[in-house]
Amino acid sequence: MEWEVVIGLETHTQLQTKTKIFSGASTAFGSEPNTQACEVSLAFPGVLPVLNKEAVNCAIKFGLAVNAQITPRSVFARKNYFYPDLPKGYQISQYELPVVGKGMITIQVPAVGKNPAYEKVVNITRAHLEEDAGKSVHGAVEGMSGIDLNRAGTPLLEIVTEPDMRSAAEAVAYAKKLHELVQWIGICDGNMQEGSFRCDVNVSVRPKGTDKLGTRREIKNLNSFKFMQQAIEFETRWQIETLEDGGTISQATVLFNPDTGETRAMRSKEEANDYRYFPDPDLLPLEITEADKDRVRAQMPELPEAMKARFEADFGLTSYDAASLTSSLDLANYFVATVHAGADAKPAANWVMGAVSAKLNAEEKSIAQSPLTAVQLASLIKRIMDNTISNNAAKQVFEALWNGEGGVDAIIEAKGLKQVSDTGAIEAIIDEVLAANAAMVEEFKAGKEKAFNALVGQAMKASKGKANPAQVNEMLKKKLGA
Amino acid sequence: MALSIEDIKKIAHLARIEVSESDAAATLTKLTGILGLIEQMQAVDTKGIAPMSHSQDVVQRLREDVVTKTNQREAFQKVAPVLGNGSTDQAVDSGLYLVPKVIE
Amino acid sequence: MINCSLKALGQMLAKKQVSSVELTQEFLNRIDTLNPEINAYIALDKNKSLAQAKAADIRIAAGSAAPLTGIPIAQKDIFCATGWKTTCGSKMLANFVAPYDAHVISQFDAAGAVNLGKTNMDEFAMGSSNETSYFGGVKNPWDFTRVPGGSSGGSAAAVAARMCAAATGTDTGGSIRQPASLCGFTGLKPTYGVVSRYGMIAFASSLDQAGPMAKSAEDCALMMNVMAGFDERDSTSLQRDKEDYTRDLNKPLNGLRVGLPKEFFADGLDANVAKVVETAIAEYKKLGAEIVEISLPNTGLSIPVYYVLAPAEASSNLSRYDGVRYGHRAAEYTDLMDMYCKSRAEGFGAEVKRRILIGTYVLSAGYYDAYYLKAQQIRRLIAQDFEEAFKHCDVIMGPAAPSTAFKAGEKVDDPVAMYLQDIYTISTNLAGLPGMSIPAGFSAGSDGKALPVGLQIIGNYFDEARMLNVAHQYQQVTDWHTRMPELNTLKEVA
Repeated sequence: MEWEVVIGLETHTQLQTKTKIFSGASTAFGSEPNTQACEVSLAFPGVLPVLNKEAVNCAIKFGLAVNAQITPRSVFARKNYFYPDLPKGYQISQYELPVVGKGMITIQVPAVGKNPAYEKVVNITRAHLEEDAGKSVHGAVEGMSGIDLNRAGTPLLEIVTEPDMRSAAEAVAYAKKLHELVQWIGICDGNMQEGSFRCDVNVSVRPKGTDKLGTRREIKNLNSFKFMQQAIEFETRWQIETLEDGGTISQATVLFNPDTGETRAMRSKEEANDYRYFPDPDLLPLEITEADKDRVRAQMPELPEAMKARFEADFGLTSYDAASLTSSLDLANYFVATVHAGADAKPAANWVMGAVSAKLNAEEKSIAQSPLTAVQLASLIKRIMDNTISNNAAKQVFEALWNGEGGVDAIIEAKGLKQVSDTGAIEAIIDEVLAANAAMVEEFKAGKEKAFNALVGQAMKASKGKANPAQVNEMLKKKLGA
Repeated sequence: MALSIEDIKKIAHLARIEVSESDAAATLTKLTGILGLIEQMQAVDTKGIAPMSHSQDVVQRLREDVVTKTNQREAFQKVAPVLGNGSTDQAVDSGLYLVPKVIE
Repeated sequence: MINCSLKALGQMLAKKQVSSVELTQEFLNRIDTLNPEINAYIALDKNKSLAQAKAADIRIAAGSAAPLTGIPIAQKDIFCATGWKTTCGSKMLANFVAPYDAHVISQFDAAGAVNLGKTNMDEFAMGSSNETSYFGGVKNPWDFTRVPGGSSGGSAAAVAARMCAAATGTDTGGSIRQPASLCGFTGLKPTYGVVSRYGMIAFASSLDQAGPMAKSAEDCALMMNVMAGFDERDSTSLQRDKEDYTRDLNKPLNGLRVGLPKEFFADGLDANVAKVVETAIAEYKKLGAEIVEISLPNTGLSIPVYYVLAPAEASSNLSRYDGVRYGHRAAEYTDLMDMYCKSRAEGFGAEVKRRILIGTYVLSAGYYDAYYLKAQQIRRLIAQDFEEAFKHCDVIMGPAAPSTAFKAGEKVDDPVAMYLQDIYTISTNLAGLPGMSIPAGFSAGSDGKALPVGLQIIGNYFDEARMLNVAHQYQQVTDWHTRMPELNTLKEVA
């Protein structure tokens, strides 16, 4: 039987606010345990929550970015369960009326083997504001867990999709796209190691061609795209094998073990939960007006989809190039700045996605940390455009620029990379080459096209690479009467 | 909706309150009485009536995103409970609250 | 001096006829004498109180006194006060020393009032007799065999026995007004959202409201001037201009329309109580009031609705008491689950556990619509009843409690009978309206002892100043509010 995997994602994005969602305690990462746990974070008796305006702005930004309905009056609810990292014994979340309703995200699924790349729309079911839990630390004291509530109350936007994805590749493409988007609109720092962006993946399988959804298992807390790919692939295989062996799937929460590459059911979540949701009486309905939306919209950058379309239309870039350049706002801004500084768009795109990105990758740096400014890159490209240097020489200049060896022109000068474009000088070189390689000239005249390239090579060599190759070509053709 | 001993045990577990067998029976009697009182509601036709969560029709006020809290760990952990199981120490270690091992 | 009004005490302090230290000491002495018997206070800290008194004297001397500067006030033990044990009447918090102040406490501190001590209460404010307190019951100063009412029973007894100049209370379903009625003093539950709930230990968040418990309406007005006001730390605190609650005290009552809900005078009301209330209403007629018969048809449903909503909210509010960060942790436990279940079973008393279980049940899967949602719908009907009624009257009057103080132990094993104590008070909490109880006379109890009876006055939203005016005018022509129980015998014993 042929199987189809059905995947939906729930992503917890920590919002980039200075303070917690319901108190004025700092959200900074990595402080000493419980030093950022105020009386509200600790759920001391009598304390009360007050909603952080910036967390609401983040939710509105996201809603606008995915073309979603934004609920005019959303409601906070209590999700009741006991866990040591949940100090109130309930999590303040949103249940029946989430702040963000239905929306959509277009994803680019990359080519795999013979399968070409394609675009797909993933529907967003909802996104709601809620508070993060604290952390349990194990091993400090034998047989005990230590509870650190610094993270408790950090604002989260939980973004839930429809079960629209049909492969691990689609799920990862969605997660990557979402990851890019939340950083693009500045609501999340995207730091997966620190847990700022955590994905829960619901996986089920069904016979291809059937409509009914299979029983799903939820893979919790995936904190890298690589693990997500591996976990979904393992889970899918496991579910198919289980069914093919005559077994059944029961709903479960599972964890992925990166060491073994396997998933296993969580022990603590085995019992069926009854969360007893009800509207939080300590909080009032969250009202978001059209004016609020307009105000937030005015603060938002151009969205990646719009910018991509603009890059294609204005700069004649391919869809692929435009998508790559708009994978992060910093990258897109860098590209635009390069063009604004006078570089042609196509070479600018090639340099940004090529040499610059390769260097950044190798050095594990972000575009914001690039030692090469957009203005410097533009001046380098301009020197190629005005024939001052060849493409080959440009690579050397790029290296030198990257290493901080000075300005573009100074480097060209210092390294003597200036291209020879003086017709007289080139003619002299060509005359010398023709004289010294009479045999080759004969071969060319006898119809051997290859000999022409060899003569160009000789001329370039004689100029120590500095001659303008286009000019060499042209003049050689003239001289040979070709 | 008659309540059973099993219901009592189930909700006591949800509420994380230990209830002994004898307590469960006594609790059942009392809770059944209270539920009898509550059942009067079922006679009312409430179709189309909007539920009322708050007495005033006001919306949530928003707080500026400014840090107003400072570290008060020492003061807060002064009231930490005693660890128990033979220890009279407070249930804190290196700033962490101590609980029996959490199993995931 | 102990029977003086807050205004009179303020004047004596201002004229240096007495110092705050002397006044505080006088009340502390009286507490020393009476408290071992009455058990109105859970926590006393004479050094702290006297230090505040000393500071108040300096402030008075500097000429920067506010109306309550130097006046000793008893605080219900539901309000967190820095450095004070704040137990909420529970074993769960028996050793909890608050590291911060409730808004109400900071307001009194800013006013220069003296915190005289923390008063006894039903555990987590769940009760109508103060018998659910982990720290023992409180005796009604009018008859020691009877309860003072609850949940603010300690504050009630302290005010009635003149063991404080005035006290604070909280009222979720009648916890200020029912004890005010049973102990014979003036208590006001303001409109929901007028007094901040920050630092006030939550029972049922959408119903809890703090208010003054004092000898007279005028005293309550002065207390309200301190307690009321916007607090940004409570999302349900209402942003309103500061009011002077004494501003209308002296207005004549000519033309005042008093609504009498027929449901408040039906079956279940003690005949002697009814008589006292009717006499009080006759007095209002003399003062120029016009009587209008009104109906609050859903009054009977307020108890079932309340006993869904309040326990539901409470079951969640009390989940934070898990023995992890503060409060009671079981001495012996095997694992996390065992620690939770034992700590909570040991730390909470029977009534609190019952309400947590009821609340858990009504919110649990499959029952939400039939109980919680339904209760919220009927809650709206109840609020609409009042909305309709206030089209025809300015204030509503009736009994505050169906009977006078009952015997200790009488209802303790019958929660349903206990819950019916709040039949006349709960609906105002559900609607979020202000209500008060004022002393209106006495009725002979079953054993012949005269017991106080309260008249309830319910106002429209934010109409506290008018209610205080209505109460104050009555107190100008009656002296019930000046009566105090005979406690001399106790003094002699001491």
